[in-house]
Amino acid sequence: MEKRATFSNLWLAAAFIAPQMLLIFVFFYWPSGEALYWAVTLEPPFGGSNDWVGLLNFQTVFADPKYWSSVRISLAFAGIATALSLVIAVILALFVDRRLPGHQVYKFTFFLPYALAAPAVGLAFRFIFSPDAGFVSAINRVFPDIWNPALDGYDAFALIVFAQSWKMVGYNFIFFLAALQSIPRSVIEACAMDGAGVMRRMRDVQLPLIAPTLFFLIVINITDSFVDSFGIVDITTGGGPARATDLMVYKIYADGFQGKDYSLAAAQSIVLMLLVIALTVIQFRYVERRIHYS
Amino acid sequence: MKRLFLLATAASAIATAAGAAERTKFDFWYGLTGDLGEVVAKHCQLFNESQDKYEAVCTGQGGYDKAEQNTIAAYRAKQQPTIVQIYDAGTVNFMLSGAIYPANKFTEEHKLDIDWKGYFPGIANYYATSGGDMWSFPYNSSTAVFYWNKDAWAKINKTSAPQTWAELGEDLKAMKAAGVECGFAFDFDTWMNLEQFSATNNLPVASMDNGYGGLGAELVFNKTAFVDHMKDFKIWLDAGYAKIQTTQVGKNLVQSFADGSCASTITSIANHGTVKNTQVAGLNWDVAMLPVIDTTKRTNSLVGGASLWLMQGKTDKEYEAAAAFLKYVTAADTGEKYIAENTGYIPVTTKGFDLLKQEGFYSDPKHTGREVAIASLTASDVGPLSRGIRLGNFTSIRAEVRAELEAAFTGQKDMQTAIDAAVERGNQILRRYEQTYKGAALP
Repeated sequence: MEKRATFSNLWLAAAFIAPQMLLIFVFFYWPSGEALYWAVTLEPPFGGSNDWVGLLNFQTVFADPKYWSSVRISLAFAGIATALSLVIAVILALFVDRRLPGHQVYKFTFFLPYALAAPAVGLAFRFIFSPDAGFVSAINRVFPDIWNPALDGYDAFALIVFAQSWKMVGYNFIFFLAALQSIPRSVIEACAMDGAGVMRRMRDVQLPLIAPTLFFLIVINITDSFVDSFGIVDITTGGGPARATDLMVYKIYADGFQGKDYSLAAAQSIVLMLLVIALTVIQFRYVERRIHYS
Repeated sequence: MKRLFLLATAASAIATAAGAAERTKFDFWYGLTGDLGEVVAKHCQLFNESQDKYEAVCTGQGGYDKAEQNTIAAYRAKQQPTIVQIYDAGTVNFMLSGAIYPANKFTEEHKLDIDWKGYFPGIANYYATSGGDMWSFPYNSSTAVFYWNKDAWAKINKTSAPQTWAELGEDLKAMKAAGVECGFAFDFDTWMNLEQFSATNNLPVASMDNGYGGLGAELVFNKTAFVDHMKDFKIWLDAGYAKIQTTQVGKNLVQSFADGSCASTITSIANHGTVKNTQVAGLNWDVAMLPVIDTTKRTNSLVGGASLWLMQGKTDKEYEAAAAFLKYVTAADTGEKYIAENTGYIPVTTKGFDLLKQEGFYSDPKHTGREVAIASLTASDVGPLSRGIRLGNFTSIRAEVRAELEAAFTGQKDMQTAIDAAVERGNQILRRYEQTYKGAALP
């Protein structure tokens, strides 16, 4: 039996697709093509002589130990920030789903952070976590030098992880809550009648049923922490101290826009794009298989 | 009939408005932000009010580096402004760009009477090509000076600022013993720590006269007294004499000096006004020339700030308007005096300096000490090492040095190893730059 609906008129189909294709072309393929062209030439800032240099830019990138440390930091950042924000979001969503008193207020306030732009988040975190002047300075007064993101690379890394997860929690929360609320009440009630406690119901019924949402959020969060973390890093740490928070996307900005080495930045952009594509493919291929869509 | 009459009135009103607005417009982009940006915007407004033939359309770009980025992007899209304010570190990119209209050629072709010899040699030499031609107009200029808290020094019975680094070290030790918590605030900005230090002590930053001799220059500051200088900073930090003050820590250099928490620092003279305006009540302070290694061998410090560049490819009318604007903003009274009075920047020509002196600018208690910047810039004849630094992609080199210094000051690396690494990575950047401009000669 033929289940698919198909267009008999191909031209009409093409016309429907065209606007979308045009958008994708203008905003994705064209810039990517341009970046690829810059990545295999040496581009002076004001344009002009593009000398073909083959893979030189990529060799320069890969031969740089600082680049590999930037890749490691980015992977750690994506992994930890994603895990942290998902765990917090799912706990909050489970609580709100249980309709504890005031859950409407929580629902609203939990989502608010996502409405903030990354630089605004960065600014807030810089004020709160600044070792001399922020709220955290009170802790520093009790335990001197325990927290100093300006000098300690681990503190700085923790700071940007907090900021990124805090920003994403609201977004994740809304998706988790929607998923939890779409689980039929009868299923939960049946479990309760069988004697399953709150924790047991969460672990064995609710969490497996929201797995598709979880998967979707992992993909979104990882992509976001690779490409949208720029604002946070720029405002809070500027990639320092001693490159401890030099994420790949920040390094691209620093090399390309501050250093005006467009070719080196273009080569790094291509690598970042391939990395994000690869990660997404891996997730779809291996993680998604273990998820059952109802 | 009535409607027709109304229409006619409206049409004539529009026509007169258009007549009044028929001033030649041109674009001017600037990089200064905050209070300083407002001063530039006001400068434009004053120019526009001073005559009725031309109109400068001035747009702040939100930072020096953004002004450069945006001009590059605009030039590539053929939307470049007529005049743009570009900071010192962007000079080499603009010289090699092929996108600019050299200032010396412009003044000749547009009958603009600029006395190039009138600029302080330290300023003129910094912005000039290796052949000595001026391709841009120095606008806002500053240099680094030593800010010191007189009350803190009074605790160790001294009434003058330290002249040498060794003396500063002893003073810091004595002040620590006298109960001063933070004697000296520093950060990892290379402009003060590396560039000004090297210039005032006549030490090279790079070969080939700090890059003025060509694109083949190599960094050499890992073999100079700069390394020991940084080691001293580290010793002061570890001994609790000095503190690192950056925005990330909570207070930057200027803030930590103005609120009295650190007794001294080194920063641009442009912050003189900021300190005056934001200081805690009763802060008794002054500025002095930077300490040096040996006072008998002091050379001039480097100019910092920005200059005005003309871009290619605009119409003759726009250039005519731009010429009038440049005449206005570089004149001693409408230009230099205006900038010096409203900011901490210094006059750039001897004529401007004399004018300010005559009018008693420096005897006003608000401005006392600003003449120190001129003294520092003219401390010696400009030599090949105190002329300036002309290295490709210097922004990235600065970033490398900063990152390595951070590593050294947080104890991850030994100072010499860190500075060696900065030099090695900086040289790779220079070689890439040379390759990008293959065949081009540095003017």
